[in-house]
Amino acid sequence: MSNRQSILENLKQDLGQKFSLEHFEFSTMFGDDIVVVKEKDDIVPLLAHFRKTDRFDFLMDICGAHYPDRQKPLEVVYHFFSSKDFSRLRVKVPLNEGEQMDSVTSIWKGADWFEREAYDMFGVIFRGHPNLRRILTHHQFVGHPLRKDYEADHQQHCTQTLPIHFNNEPGQPGDVLDDRFVPINIGPSHPAMHGTLRIMAELDGETIVRANTEIGYLHRCFEKMAETHPYNQVIPYTDRLNYCSAPMNNIGYCKAVEKVLGVEIPPRAQAMRVILAELSRIIDHVIAVGTGGVDLGALTAFFYLFTYREKVYTLFEKLCGARLTVSMTRVGGMAQDAPEGWFDDVMAFCKEMSAGVDEISKLMLDNKIFIKRTQGVAPVKPADAIQWGYTGPMLRATGIGLDLRKAQPYYGYDGLNFDIPVGTSGDIYDRYQVRVEEMRQSIRIVEQVCRNVPDGDYTIRDKGIVLPEKKDVYGNIEGLMNHFMLIIKGLRPPVGETYDATEAANGELGFYLVSDGSANPYRLKVRPPCFAIYQSFPTIIKGWQVADAVATIASMNLIAGELDR
Amino acid sequence: MAAEEDLSRSFAMTTRLDAIVAWGRKNSLWPLPYGTACCGIELMSVMGPRYDLARFGAEVVRFSPRQSDLLLIAGTITEKMAPVLVRIYRQMLEPKYVISMGACASSGGFYRAYHVLQGADRVVPVDVYVPGCPPTPEAVLDGVMALQRMIGTHQPRPWRDNWKAPTYE
Repeated sequence: MSNRQSILENLKQDLGQKFSLEHFEFSTMFGDDIVVVKEKDDIVPLLAHFRKTDRFDFLMDICGAHYPDRQKPLEVVYHFFSSKDFSRLRVKVPLNEGEQMDSVTSIWKGADWFEREAYDMFGVIFRGHPNLRRILTHHQFVGHPLRKDYEADHQQHCTQTLPIHFNNEPGQPGDVLDDRFVPINIGPSHPAMHGTLRIMAELDGETIVRANTEIGYLHRCFEKMAETHPYNQVIPYTDRLNYCSAPMNNIGYCKAVEKVLGVEIPPRAQAMRVILAELSRIIDHVIAVGTGGVDLGALTAFFYLFTYREKVYTLFEKLCGARLTVSMTRVGGMAQDAPEGWFDDVMAFCKEMSAGVDEISKLMLDNKIFIKRTQGVAPVKPADAIQWGYTGPMLRATGIGLDLRKAQPYYGYDGLNFDIPVGTSGDIYDRYQVRVEEMRQSIRIVEQVCRNVPDGDYTIRDKGIVLPEKKDVYGNIEGLMNHFMLIIKGLRPPVGETYDATEAANGELGFYLVSDGSANPYRLKVRPPCFAIYQSFPTIIKGWQVADAVATIASMNLIAGELDR
Repeated sequence: MAAEEDLSRSFAMTTRLDAIVAWGRKNSLWPLPYGTACCGIELMSVMGPRYDLARFGAEVVRFSPRQSDLLLIAGTITEKMAPVLVRIYRQMLEPKYVISMGACASSGGFYRAYHVLQGADRVVPVDVYVPGCPPTPEAVLDGVMALQRMIGTHQPRPWRDNWKAPTYE
């Protein structure tokens, strides 16, 4: 507590020298430090100050929020993170209807897509943004869907696809194609585009002169769905964010809700969550490496690697009956206990997987063709990676060893013995190397946890949060009434807001949760790791060849579910 | 010479042309895996080593609509994606079949939402719906077998015959 207060105190002193402190309001809520900026024109100098003094080096997220009852109904929320002392800060700017914000893209490149999203979802206009177009909804969409007055099921049909276009650059509007070059469109239905990605490029021979990406082909309105469903019913929706490692999203979401509720889950539930998360990390990296191989022409590797995914699916099936979308967590713990012998099965799998990772490593990382296609291709410098908001393996490949499991340990990660692999050059090869090594580390973690799983309950037993067991519902009146009341009334966290992040397979998965005390979340913003990563694609691919673009996209491990939400 | 005319003892067999064509078609479906979301990952399992769609003759995955005759819609189709899906479908050559895999592709699933098409059958004619979110690989195999039966028995497909392309494009 004292440490946290000193962060705000330091900030006050620091800002007091440059700004008038009356323009700011400092507060702390659920352990998060919040600054409300009353004068919206202060935002650009404030962020420039953060960046110049290196107080916060990551701009993790920008999002909007809509409070129709307030005097200033709109709000833009910035989330900062410092990789030095791992402190976080939330800066909020209330806005009047029709008021414009200043874009901060000139300070943090990574603000680009986040501002576009806030414009798309809430209609906040960012002055000075180079390319303020809709990003998630289609181009014929009218209105801003995350505003409270927009009906969740009001569909608008899209009748035409968007032609090739590019980001605006000074003196070169994006819709005007340069006739010296060949325009090319790949996706959204293309084997290398993993389902729903679309890239557009102008080519000089094989070389990419400029490129652009179009996303939103899988925008399934996760955030609106979360606002219209009770807390526990949001969990299945979170499964479908990053569906390659579904349990991790469950865990991230439940952890955020539990933070607002102020409950700590029992040790056994924590151990189960760690095991689930690390198993998911392994299979997520299996997909990343496997499909990455397919995109480079190595189809056999994919079939080979999928064997290991199937083995984990079998474990999940034994645990809860589902293979892919497990929804195993509940707010307050897990949905049920692990069946007898499950932890032994996991241990047996770890042994198989250890041998498997060595084989994967030989098959891919030692492969001559693979090395030639990836080594030294489209590298990203560490400073640029931070600017874009990279997290996870993509960031660690550049040599920055930031991992929330070490930086802000949760669920007992601090008591476990594991290493954070880092790359050196930030090229495609390093990204895969980091992923393969992370699989090894995850196996280490799972083995350590499995060796001594704590006894005890798998969930807390708070009657206002967790449903009673079925035997009590059917067996005694108290259980029945408890069940009835909780279903009717719903789980109601206190009024407030929080941002909570976990280290998912692709990087920092953050949930910004605003609760108004009702049974549904008032606002739930996901900070998906690949959203920040993918926006850098047009820049880092410039000057490389088309084949390198395919390799780069594969190495980013873009999962459309969390990219478009 | 009578013995030589006994067809049951020779390598020849008699059939109707349409029957043998249907037999060929149903056992060599070339799918275009239109995997957009979670179901796409589960579809990989169907193609993968354990479930192996190759046992049903449908392992030749073609991402080009002009080379495939089975559109396997695996995943949510959003409003933004709908025109793309229609274009893909129209590029496929006859005879063509559509399997909608999973709740989202069949009906929008639990995404009753502003940007999600409430079922791929709003824009393309669907022959087989596979329920599940996502369906198990066994269910998908069952769907493919159901389609094979339809092809083998020449089941009428009025939804296909009466299909009109959405007015755009």
